[in-house]
Amino acid sequence: MSPRSRGRTDAASPPTGARSAEPLVLLVDDYADNREMYALYLTHIGFRVAEAANGEEALAKAFEHRPDVIVMDLSLPVMDGWEATRRLKRDQRTRAIPVIALTSHALEGFSQGAREAGCDAFVTKPCLPEQLAAEIRKMLSTHPTPASRRS
Amino acid sequence: MSRPVALRLPIGAAGGSVTEARLALAEFLIGCDSLAECAQWSLDWLAEHAGLRRGLFFVVDRDRSRLTAAASYGGVPGSLSRLSVDLGQTEHALVAALQRRTPTEVSPATLGGRLRRSPLSGQAPFLAWPLRAPAGQESPGLLLVNPVTPEVSREAGWLAEILGPKIARQLTLQALDATRRRLESELALVQAMINTVPDPILLTDVEGRLVMANARAEALFVATEQDSEGRRRAIALNNMLFSAALTGRVFQGAEALRRELLLVDPSDGSDLIFELISTVTHGPGGDLVIVAVLRNVMDLRNAVEEIEENYRRLGAVEADVRAERDRLDLVIDSVADPILVTDPNGAIVLMNVPAERLFTVPPDAPGEVQVRVQANDAHFSSFLANVLTFTGDRSSRHVGRIGLVEPVSGRPLPVEAVAGKVLSQQGALIGIVTILHDQTEALERERLYAELKQASELLEERVRQATAELVRQNELLRRQALQLEQASALKSQFLANMSHEFRTPLNAILGYTSMLLQGVAGELPPAARRHLGRVDSSARHLLALINDILDISRIEAGKMPVHVAKFPVADLVTELLAEVEPLVARTSLTLHRQVAPDLPPMESDRAKVKQIVLNLLTNAVKFTPQGSVTIRVTYDDETDRIRLAVSDTGIGISPEDQQRIFDDFTQADASPTRAYGGAGLGLSISRRLAAMLGGEITLESAPGRGSTFTLSLPRVLAR
Repeated sequence: MSPRSRGRTDAASPPTGARSAEPLVLLVDDYADNREMYALYLTHIGFRVAEAANGEEALAKAFEHRPDVIVMDLSLPVMDGWEATRRLKRDQRTRAIPVIALTSHALEGFSQGAREAGCDAFVTKPCLPEQLAAEIRKMLSTHPTPASRRS
Repeated sequence: MSRPVALRLPIGAAGGSVTEARLALAEFLIGCDSLAECAQWSLDWLAEHAGLRRGLFFVVDRDRSRLTAAASYGGVPGSLSRLSVDLGQTEHALVAALQRRTPTEVSPATLGGRLRRSPLSGQAPFLAWPLRAPAGQESPGLLLVNPVTPEVSREAGWLAEILGPKIARQLTLQALDATRRRLESELALVQAMINTVPDPILLTDVEGRLVMANARAEALFVATEQDSEGRRRAIALNNMLFSAALTGRVFQGAEALRRELLLVDPSDGSDLIFELISTVTHGPGGDLVIVAVLRNVMDLRNAVEEIEENYRRLGAVEADVRAERDRLDLVIDSVADPILVTDPNGAIVLMNVPAERLFTVPPDAPGEVQVRVQANDAHFSSFLANVLTFTGDRSSRHVGRIGLVEPVSGRPLPVEAVAGKVLSQQGALIGIVTILHDQTEALERERLYAELKQASELLEERVRQATAELVRQNELLRRQALQLEQASALKSQFLANMSHEFRTPLNAILGYTSMLLQGVAGELPPAARRHLGRVDSSARHLLALINDILDISRIEAGKMPVHVAKFPVADLVTELLAEVEPLVARTSLTLHRQVAPDLPPMESDRAKVKQIVLNLLTNAVKFTPQGSVTIRVTYDDETDRIRLAVSDTGIGISPEDQQRIFDDFTQADASPTRAYGGAGLGLSISRRLAAMLGGEITLESAPGRGSTFTLSLPRVLAR
């Protein structure tokens, strides 16, 4: 489990973003510096962003906001990323939301476990913000945002 | 003896007529053959016609030695033969009465005890009438009558008169008859005797006519009408041959003559050879007769031959026995071990030369030798005594140890004595055979064996200890290996975890740096941009290091997956050159590409092949100040391998560094202030990856002459 270098967390704050029509990305990461860095960049390039610091928060945010895509760190406190993904994929409301697994574990077993849990893509850290953005765009293009959620 | 009824009736009927009675008795007596019957009848007649109450009739026996009663009357019946008197007793009343020609009165009281019994008992006298003797002869008997009346006396006198010659004649007849019977029995005896002789015996007259023959001779010389024609002819021939043999020789002397006689066996016609022994003697009538005895020479000859044969055989057997004995002596003497044969009393019967050396004193031997021989004798006798007293299994061997001494040298001679009893067929003990085995060597061997055994046990114990130590060490090693394995696994796990932990903050560093350089936070001053560029490259270097360490730990933990796919090598080379191009662009180097045409596609882990060759290319660029870097790809269809060679015109590597540079964290220049960047893990990882793909990296280089690293891989990696 990563140490929290800073005590703050914005995971519970409402989604930020210029327009509500832009895709909503749920960033799940317990390491605040990384989460905020990605949030800063994605917001900068025009996405709406919601944040969560563990699996339970991720589930709550996902059910509340129905994001267009979820970036899920796998090593998380309280509930890990695999379990959270499994629950999302089991739930009718969140099943269609694509999940991008993001982990600093480079060993073979991790990506395999992530796919089995239901992750749609797998990205390894270090991952530059623009690389993650490219991955998100690719995911959105293959998983069109349902009109119902957009309204 | 039965009384003739015909005689008594006329007497009884006649009554008084004495003349008629005398006539009837005389008539009877003429027909009577038996002396005893005549006597009894006479007494009965006297009782009937003269009033005799008691009477005895004595008769003289054949050889006139005794006077014995032949009949009695009026007494208790008994054995008449007991009433007998020896005629030699001339004083006896009866003997005296017999000698007289006139009757004598005899009182029973004057007779001997044996005669004084019924009817000669009581006091009344008897009248003894001697029977009339024939001319020139003695009286043949005596008639005793009682009572002595004139009538009895008269009739008794008459009877004595007429019975005398009659009795005398009967006595003579009796004697003749006895002689004839004796002669007949003697003749039969002689006949039987000569018949039992197996040799034919013949008695002939001087003309050779057969007078008498024994059964054996009869078979040869006497034919009967029942005999066959052939047999009769054979017998006739035999008679002719026999007569011819006798003729002309008979009178040559009284002594026996011997000559050979050939006869024919009448029963089967075979030849019989006899020795004829003839003797001339006088026959009963005084004439000359010949006694001939034939001895079967054929049997004799056979017997002689048999004896000779037996003698010859005996001689051969004796020779055999002697030879056997000689051989036995030779054998016994040739045995190196002493052998002794003793009789049941323990006395030595036989011994061989080695035994003699122990148990006999050589001539002129010094006193101590004699003492030693005596000691040996005593030991041996004691052993024999044990053997003899042992009565268990009679056929078993007896083994014992005897401490003997060599008489001459005095050297101790321990021996093992093996004794066997020799028994006769009846099981009686004949002797004892003892063999002595020299035990000196055996004892020495035993001692050496014991030493060897001890040494062997010591060695075994040491081996056992060493083995135990080995087992202990092995166990220790096994545990250490296990610990090492665990430690290695822990290390790999630790490294994997560390790389994860390093990446998380590095991710933020790289991310923020990238964003700042992109102007997310607004335009930066040029100096800040430059500094941020350094932060970025340092962070990337750190990331490269972390990735290298992760690779090594993955390989060592066996967690590096291999993904085999088919790909064209030329395309890979193009890709590699494109990646190196930015590096080369900063230098004055030129890049050369030499790929063999018609390369077959490769089947291996493309990413790993790329990683290896990229490492070789970057190294080449890094360590080549000027000149060129060349990549050359060739295919060897014999070994089905592809070779990717990267050559440079760089600084080169000294021979002593050529092996070392493949080790972890090593560069040829190991100094802390080295001129070239890099963690030094590249070649180490490359070598490990090449091994994973079934290949190897080789190096040709010399300082100042550049280097050529060649990756050789199987074109197709077996999965």
